[in-house]
Amino acid sequence: MSITTKCPAHQGAIPVLDDDPFSPEILEDPLPFQQRLREAGPVVFLSKYNVHAIGRHEELAGSLENWQELNSGSGVGLNEPWRARGLLQMDPPEHDAPREVLQEIMSSRALRALRDTCLSHADRVLNPLLAGKDPGTQVEIDGFGDIGSVLPVNFFPDAAGISDEGRENLVPYADHIFNAAGPHNELYKQGECQAPALAEWATAKCQRDSLKPEGFGADVWAAADRGDITHDFAPLLTRSLLSAGVDTTVYGITGLLYALATNPDQWAALKANPGLARVAFDESLRWISPVQHLFRKAANDVEIGGTVIAAGTRVMLNFAAANRDPRRWEDPDKFDLSRDPSGHLAFGMGVHQCVGQHAARLQAACLLEKLLPLVERIELAAPVRYHHNNALRGWGAVPLRLTLA
Amino acid sequence: MSTHATSLPVDVSSAYRPTVGRPGIQSLRVARKDLLADGVVRLRLEEPNQARVPDWTPGAHIELVLPTSDEGTVSRHYSLCGDRWDAHAYEVAVLNEPNSRGGSRYIHEELAVGDMITVGTPRNNFPLSQAKRFEFIAGGIGITPIMTMIAAAEQLGIDWHLHYGGRTRASMAFLDELAQYGDRVTIWPQDELGHLNLGFLNEMPEDGRVYCCGPEPLLNAVAGAAAAWPTWAVRFERFVAASLDEPVRTEPFELELAVSKKTVTVGTNETVLSALSCAGVPVLASCMEGVCGTCEVGVLKGTPEHRDSLLNDAERAKNDRMFVCVSRAVSDRLVLDL
Repeated sequence: MSITTKCPAHQGAIPVLDDDPFSPEILEDPLPFQQRLREAGPVVFLSKYNVHAIGRHEELAGSLENWQELNSGSGVGLNEPWRARGLLQMDPPEHDAPREVLQEIMSSRALRALRDTCLSHADRVLNPLLAGKDPGTQVEIDGFGDIGSVLPVNFFPDAAGISDEGRENLVPYADHIFNAAGPHNELYKQGECQAPALAEWATAKCQRDSLKPEGFGADVWAAADRGDITHDFAPLLTRSLLSAGVDTTVYGITGLLYALATNPDQWAALKANPGLARVAFDESLRWISPVQHLFRKAANDVEIGGTVIAAGTRVMLNFAAANRDPRRWEDPDKFDLSRDPSGHLAFGMGVHQCVGQHAARLQAACLLEKLLPLVERIELAAPVRYHHNNALRGWGAVPLRLTLA
Repeated sequence: MSTHATSLPVDVSSAYRPTVGRPGIQSLRVARKDLLADGVVRLRLEEPNQARVPDWTPGAHIELVLPTSDEGTVSRHYSLCGDRWDAHAYEVAVLNEPNSRGGSRYIHEELAVGDMITVGTPRNNFPLSQAKRFEFIAGGIGITPIMTMIAAAEQLGIDWHLHYGGRTRASMAFLDELAQYGDRVTIWPQDELGHLNLGFLNEMPEDGRVYCCGPEPLLNAVAGAAAAWPTWAVRFERFVAASLDEPVRTEPFELELAVSKKTVTVGTNETVLSALSCAGVPVLASCMEGVCGTCEVGVLKGTPEHRDSLLNDAERAKNDRMFVCVSRAVSDRLVLDL
């Protein structure tokens, strides 16, 4: 935990932290580390892994835009990627055509057409838990197990046109992919045995004859038929959706419920003005950052905030730290629906900015639209349990007590 | 098939007032102006504060707003021909059209190094697809978007060939730069060799694509010669005289918010997004460059001035939505679904 101010390997003074960001202690409560990172300097050296890290908003936003000098092509984790490269592990110009295809398929316009589908999914999640009970009744549920982990796992494959069989594999599949963004620690080793089978399952799901005739997957194949991408690439691009789109949304929605349950004044504000639903989700993403950090690799010597990062060095981009940077956000630790969370970095920024962000927002908006009229009060019923992951802020349980309206 | 103007657009006049730092429109400095060939100059347009200019992809074009007279401006679209790794500047190559009604003549004769120039956000109607082989066909100044495609194909290690026709060798831009590619490039000056030989289109390689930019007769000849190819594998960028662009409006305009029953005035130097926020109707946004789509708002009445990189021409023409971080208004009033 000590901060020294001199590292002989670098020109000038660069703050050094000896924290292990992937240790169980920091994964359990990452905020103190993220604060140390942010306050140590604009660029910090993490001696445990010989990487640089950025935790301030201004430098992080600039780094995310700078695809020219901070590359994704050799992976966005601590180490080189262990699997075939998807959209997230590509640089321009390789990234251009598939990104364009997916951006069109996942556009806000395309997602708007799925609103009714999504609302009925939200109904199907909430009704068995809450419907038909008297006002004032108190219901205890698990915000993660009963809602957060259910809605995206039902909606997303439906929207993607993936068959029902094996849906329970989606979260474990992506869990390991995100663990692989960290070191080969216990978390990684636990998933290693299962990983090849899950990857094979996911790849099989993305073949043309396994997909339903309508959905994002079919749209990807249609783009191949139009000549925008090659047919060889279509399964890989479809698989990018599965690996990036499910766990992140599961934790995003669970985090939203946690934020509302632990901030009764903000729940009251949302009840009074349901028009704040979109702000509520993005503010919860800022506050929690479901994807905590990813990496880039310096293509050449890069100057950031007065520090030169040497060519070939990997750099941790800590979204979570930047999303609570007091230089950018007033009272950053407060979950506050009166703030404008625009410009948070939970979805990243620049050419790799989350292509599925409108799908995540749609699910959160539909959930709140259905939840708000049914529930008067929401509070924690017991301490929460986290699920450790090397890149995600994961949840294991969020016990909630809902007082019905 | 794209229908924007690469080099020969018509005039779109409007009152001119310099615009500085307005999202969706940038004020860039002419850092270089080089004669590339007979009648062709290349402009290098730099961000004056060394900030990044918005990203672009091969085949993209930008709009230049040119003060061709004391009272008015014309809006012109030019394909980008520079290096994407150069994040602080754009480059365009412009042909001096003898029949020009102002744009190219202004650039050639009046625009000078050091001048500030108003530039729109890059858009791409001619994007490079994935493929295993590219046949690039350029006629005259149509070489500009192809230059960036060649750079991309080289980086990707994809097999390609350029067939480049022009009136005379002296009129053809980029011949020096193309020399490094050796026999991947076929130079075809009309005064020496006649019309471009398109016989190579008889063969259709697996996962091949044709990208063609040039004057109308060339495009028609290519469409005919590639008749056996699937239509999606042959992609054209046309020089079109009919530009749909509305004038760049600099006067304030009004927003009528249908749901919240408010009227908001948007001043010359503020965005719709900031005007909405000040009026107590904040809209969630993210990229602030018209790229991510977060700040989409429904338009019930009026004509937006679209400055985003998201909507295609057909979607723009519907005028039923806008991205308020960058887009503005052509009409005096917009009625928004807010």
